[in-house]
Amino acid sequence: MEMLVSSGIGLIAACGVYLLLRGRTFPVILGLTLLSHAVNLVLFSMGRLNVGLPPIISKDATGYADPLPQALVLTAIVIAFGMTALAVVLALRGYLETGEDSINATRSETAEQRDPS
Amino acid sequence: MTHWTILPIVVPALTAALIVLLARQDLVLQRFLSVLSALAVFVISVGLVVHATGNPPYSYELGNWPAPFGIVLVLDRLSAAMVLVTMLLVLAVLIYSFAGWDKRGRHFHALFQFQIMGINGAFLTGDLFNLFVFFEVLLIASYGLMLHGSGATRLKSGMQYVVVNLMGSSLFLVAMALLYGVTGTLNMADLALRVGQVESGNLALVQVGALLLLTVFAIKAALVPLHFWLPATYAAAAAPVAALFAIMTKVGGYSILRVYTLIFGEHAGDIAWIAQDWIMPAALVTLVVGMFGVMAGRSLRDLICFSVIGSMGTLMVAFALFNEAAVSAGLYYMVHSTFIAGALFLIAEMVINGRSDGQDTLAFGLPLHREALLSGLFFLAAIGMVGMPPLSGFVGKLLILDGATGTPYVAWIWVVILSTSLFNIIGFSRAGSILFWKSQAEAASQSGPSVPMESVSRKDNGHGPESGLGISSAAFLLGLIGLLTAFSGPVSQYFDTTAAQLLDGRPYIEAVLGSDALVESGFGSSPEADGMEDGLGEEGDMQ
Repeated sequence: MEMLVSSGIGLIAACGVYLLLRGRTFPVILGLTLLSHAVNLVLFSMGRLNVGLPPIISKDATGYADPLPQALVLTAIVIAFGMTALAVVLALRGYLETGEDSINATRSETAEQRDPS
Repeated sequence: MTHWTILPIVVPALTAALIVLLARQDLVLQRFLSVLSALAVFVISVGLVVHATGNPPYSYELGNWPAPFGIVLVLDRLSAAMVLVTMLLVLAVLIYSFAGWDKRGRHFHALFQFQIMGINGAFLTGDLFNLFVFFEVLLIASYGLMLHGSGATRLKSGMQYVVVNLMGSSLFLVAMALLYGVTGTLNMADLALRVGQVESGNLALVQVGALLLLTVFAIKAALVPLHFWLPATYAAAAAPVAALFAIMTKVGGYSILRVYTLIFGEHAGDIAWIAQDWIMPAALVTLVVGMFGVMAGRSLRDLICFSVIGSMGTLMVAFALFNEAAVSAGLYYMVHSTFIAGALFLIAEMVINGRSDGQDTLAFGLPLHREALLSGLFFLAAIGMVGMPPLSGFVGKLLILDGATGTPYVAWIWVVILSTSLFNIIGFSRAGSILFWKSQAEAASQSGPSVPMESVSRKDNGHGPESGLGISSAAFLLGLIGLLTAFSGPVSQYFDTTAAQLLDGRPYIEAVLGSDALVESGFGSSPEADGMEDGLGEEGDMQ
């Protein structure tokens, strides 16, 4: 199971990094999403991969699952979700204002620098 | 002392909520609440510094959960001083924003308060995951502030800023997952105890975690090669926002100092001082790149942005030595560079608004409005930034050079710091002479002195240098620099003890986990660890 999970995480992270290196905002945002997925899985699996173990103390438990990484992942998911929403809105505003979907400086941007509104 | 420690976080948080809920329509009430909160936290932070000066570190357990299990806030000399510095900068920037920036878009003051909350939280927390959360709080607020009063340029550089920082957050989480997976804790004091005892098979994982963490903090601190986001962001942001961001790079510097002295410091066994070999070259290159940027800058804001990068380089050179004298010098320089960068960003905007074309390119133009006053302020701030006597930049650099003597890096540090200072002086005097001196000559030769000042159409955006508020807040920051210079003795004494406390690490761990845990783990008592201490801790004292 470890092999399967870790290679899965690796694949997702690799796709995320590839998309992050694109020059347009939409793939970059998708890349960020994939990367944060991979990171969440890393965090989650750091509590060790167990099946069917209780996270809280019980009398007949043979072992325990670590509840802390699950709490951490929850926080990370909330933050990543909010940030992705913000990035989407930003990209949309940028597209509507400049008419382009590019991450880098554009012709319209240099024009704007010469004559800021 | 019970609940004071958490107030610098709670007060801005509540104020921000109040501003959003109650004062959404009323700018005057927003300003009132904002200043009230900033003043209150300022007074509290003075109290915290006074407390931290006379007492060992104090650990505040959130929800009264005992230390390694719950989250702690730790008040020690370093965190108290950082909160105080933040609040002084915040007061100046807040006053400046009253001159008009806060009218340009909604929720300026609410975002501003959230930003304060995030920064103070990052300084005070004693838990690695909590540090991540406060980083996110301050980043989310900074995204909003960065886009405040938006325009196409600001949107583009805002997008880059957001993407870079989201990447950084992902790396932060990976690093934390690795550290947690091996040690089973995220409390910084507990991590410090356990990192030294990691079995050799897992050492590589801890090492990877430590260096990933360093990458994240280096992004925040704008160390080369992770500095590319800074010039675009700071140059595009509104002046008060850019001035406030002067403390944000310091949050990165602070985190490096805290984590790599406490957790990966002299007691970390095989990975002790893991950061040093990486930060030192990066910091030296940062300094060089920053100063070349100052030489090559085509606009006033570019110039200031790159001088901020350069000063972060100077700062990190001092921190990377990890000896008492140098860390103390670095802390002194950190205070100085925070105030001076803030002042320069404010002055730059007033200069730009005072120019006839409202541009910040370094080209000849008509004389400025209020030229004498602005050029005087710029002159003072530039002296501070380049580190010439008599201001505190000079004292700070002198202390850093002094802290470097006797270490293996001394030749590199002296050569790089001294030669880049020269570049810095050339860059700033070029900018100053073009902006203030050549302007008149050019105007006289082109259109004759008959053009009256008043006929020059000036961009009227309601926050020009006409308002005394802008001038007075910049003067306030320069006054702080003056105080820092005048009282450099007591201030550097404070930081000497701070540096000793940091490099020792034991008082911090004792405050968080109690002295039993310290004795049980044998922290700092093994002969090997003591040997390391002799080797590294006293290098600064050898001369």
